[in-house]
Amino acid sequence: MTHAGYIAAGWGGAAALIGAYAAWVLRRGRALSRQVPPEERRWS
Amino acid sequence: MTSPTSTTVSGTPSGDGRAAHTPAAAAPGTPGHTGSRASRVLGILALGSIVLLVLYGLVWSPADAEMADSVRLMYIHVPAASFMYTGCFITAVASAMWLRRRTPGWDALAGASAEVALVFAAITLGTGSLWGRPTWGTYWTWDARLTSTALLTTLLVGYLALRRLDVDPTARSTRAAVLGLLLVPNVIIVNRSVEWWRSLHQRSTLVKLDPTIEGQMLVALMVGFLAIGLVFTWLLVHRFRVAWLEYQSERLDLDLALAERRAEAGRTTGAGEAPA
Repeated sequence: MTHAGYIAAGWGGAAALIGAYAAWVLRRGRALSRQVPPEERRWS
Repeated sequence: MTSPTSTTVSGTPSGDGRAAHTPAAAAPGTPGHTGSRASRVLGILALGSIVLLVLYGLVWSPADAEMADSVRLMYIHVPAASFMYTGCFITAVASAMWLRRRTPGWDALAGASAEVALVFAAITLGTGSLWGRPTWGTYWTWDARLTSTALLTTLLVGYLALRRLDVDPTARSTRAAVLGLLLVPNVIIVNRSVEWWRSLHQRSTLVKLDPTIEGQMLVALMVGFLAIGLVFTWLLVHRFRVAWLEYQSERLDLDLALAERRAEAGRTTGAGEAPA
């Protein structure tokens, strides 16, 4: 495969960024959910 | 949506009028997260489509005759740019709805969408630069498309910074909404820049009846749109719920502070009346 380094950096970087952001969103959601009563969490 | 003017304290009030705004506010057995059955199905679909994208994008699709294997970066870059636009449009529409209705749900959606759009803007710029190095011989050039995308990213950063200002929440949301509306003309400039100005960046590949990409490469790009679209939607759903929880938490903090002030005022009045 040509340009393997660029491809790995592009795909790996995108996966890492999305993964890190998703983990942060889920963690923050868990932390805030404990502070808010269930009736305010309409999806649960 | 709950009215932003509502001051009802949700939860179980204790004897002194304080709401149960503590970790114990979540009833036992209720899920303490932003997931739901629908979002879990969406997440599974997103993961499945990512696996399919890896197979199509890195294994099954052939190298391009001109770009060679660097074309594989396009299967992320093009969909990421499209969903960056989508995020900006959602922010603008939600901002307009907030200015019209003043309900917190629209404000939460505007902020959540802008943040997800910024993630996709970073991916767009990053994969674009990595593609540009082997193709153009440089990571960056002040080309119309690249420069306008960088400006749009800066605008998103400014929008999110504005939302974090420690001022009156209504004024903050109004200012952010006005800036959110300005995302639309910027998106149009970014999208049309390759037509309006001489640009190193290639023109649209798909927005034609006769796309300039075909076969397995077209399939890989379509799978890219599907996978990135599902990931975008999943992230937006969860980020919106976090924004909603942030709003509720802020409201409960305010209610708690008001209840404490009232209780304090009541004690002071009672103490003042006692000697008489």
